[in-house]
Amino acid sequence: LSRARARLQAASRRCLALSTRGRLCAEGAERGNPQPETPVRGERRGAPPIALEASKFCPPAHSCSDWIGPPDRCSNLRPIIFYIPENESPLEQRLRECRRETQVWNQQFWANQNVSFRKEKEEFIYARLKTKGLDVRNETGRKATLNAEEMAHFYKDFLSKNFKKHMHYNRDWYKRNFTITFLMGQVALERAWKRVGWKKERN
Amino acid sequence: MHLCRLANKGRITFQQLNFLKRRYVTQYKKDLSQRAQPKPELAAPPFLERKRMGQENTVVHEIRPVLPLHAPLPETSDSAGLKAQKLAVIDEDSAMAVEAESKEEKQWKEMKTELGDLPGILARLSKIKLTALVVSTTSAGFAMSPVPFDLTCFLLASVGTGLASCAANSINQYFEVPFDSNMNSTKSRPLVRGQISPLLAVSFAASCAVPGIALLTLAVNPLTGALGAFNIFLYTCCYTPMKRISIINTWVGAVVGAIPPIMGWTAATGSLDAGALLLGGILYSWQFPHFNALSWGLREDYSRGGYCMMSVTHPTMCRRVALRHCLALIGLSTLAPVLNITTWTFPVISLPINLYISYLGFRFYRDADRSRSRKLFFCSLWHLPLLLLLMLTCKKSLYEKNDRKELPS
Repeated sequence: LSRARARLQAASRRCLALSTRGRLCAEGAERGNPQPETPVRGERRGAPPIALEASKFCPPAHSCSDWIGPPDRCSNLRPIIFYIPENESPLEQRLRECRRETQVWNQQFWANQNVSFRKEKEEFIYARLKTKGLDVRNETGRKATLNAEEMAHFYKDFLSKNFKKHMHYNRDWYKRNFTITFLMGQVALERAWKRVGWKKERN
Repeated sequence: MHLCRLANKGRITFQQLNFLKRRYVTQYKKDLSQRAQPKPELAAPPFLERKRMGQENTVVHEIRPVLPLHAPLPETSDSAGLKAQKLAVIDEDSAMAVEAESKEEKQWKEMKTELGDLPGILARLSKIKLTALVVSTTSAGFAMSPVPFDLTCFLLASVGTGLASCAANSINQYFEVPFDSNMNSTKSRPLVRGQISPLLAVSFAASCAVPGIALLTLAVNPLTGALGAFNIFLYTCCYTPMKRISIINTWVGAVVGAIPPIMGWTAATGSLDAGALLLGGILYSWQFPHFNALSWGLREDYSRGGYCMMSVTHPTMCRRVALRHCLALIGLSTLAPVLNITTWTFPVISLPINLYISYLGFRFYRDADRSRSRKLFFCSLWHLPLLLLLMLTCKKSLYEKNDRKELPS
């Protein structure tokens, strides 16, 4: 039984190269790639990965860890491509789903927040310049800006307008963060337990 | 990666076409979904798209020679006409996409913590420089206490406080990952960059907090341990969440900064007396010019990130409080000899630096601009160590104190 398990482990490691590529490069499927993905032995078809901005990045085939990318243009959050191991346990799957879902939720919130901030800031500047009778671009051709005191009014208004939204976000973020960390702890214990179990069997 | 690309080379043009179409559609849809009112608005997209066009123009010149190598796909006669029209426009876009894509690929990092990187990562996680400053204020509190200097106790208190500070800073960063990502000053933190997992960060914090507080409680005294534990709680469970709820967080944070010197004093003497509170008071007052000046330049980030800071919501009060506490430092320095902690030399020699920081505080209050806030902030960085040093040099010697104590009896 232990030999079979060892063989399975070795096989999962070998298949990782192809399964990773098949799974993580599933953006091709999202982008309407007409070629069907070549079925790979031992490939596990999990949920499609998060391609936050249809990123074409594919982690190397031999990698067994998550990959984190550059900050997203809108949300400033770094997207993660999650690694799905061959013998993923239900607990590990729950953790991955939780992290993936939190990533999507965070991305939506911050992208929305930053885009609306930028938009409202431009509108505020435009409106203020108009009331002053100035053009958006001054004599030198550069974009006219307001001084810090005038911008302070905008910052104060924006903060108070979004206060309730932030309250809800904070509460949810703390809950999710704790849940993910707790699951990570459980997964770590489960893996350690398994390793101890295999060692005992070998002995 | 290369293998992946070469295999797909024949289909690059078609894929890029779809990729770009999707990209355009996705962004367009995003703009639609973010509008507060459902009427069409072009205010936002031009600002974002104009930037991208600039990038396209700068990149195309370098890549143009490569384009003829792409073999066009055999297409059906129906779509050929449409595709041919789009291809000319798409060629430039695809060149930009290829360049941007390779740049982006290099920025993807494997989320594996190498043992060799771990010390550096943990140092940044625990804000080691801030921890060093906190430990030095604790040492100052220990040294100012009116008891013979005990080196072992001093080292234990410093190590214990340092560990407690590491733990508190790590938990703070653990709580604030998405907010830190969005602020320029904090976006290089380890958890934001994925250099360490949240579980590891929490484990590190626990493995610092438990030995640190145990060391303080058992090897120093229970009072110092209790203060250390309370300070960790105050910083992680009160100050950190309150940053996003109310401006009172600044006052809570000032208390957090005031406790370490008190811990140093109680570590030496075992009791909480006037001297400890005075030192705590000096650190408490110092926090306001320091933090209020710092927060002045971060108003935009605070507003966007949802942080409730005086500099955003009550700018005048922010500057007034900073000035008030600069002046309070003069008063507290004068109180030191009254409480028998220092000689009367101390208020005299500390007057120049206290007056200087008060002057900068006054200019900040009156002018309210970025340069004034930076001046005040940088002044606060050297003002505190210098003040504590002067205090140490003017410390009332034990012999004088003992004489005074003996006289009444």
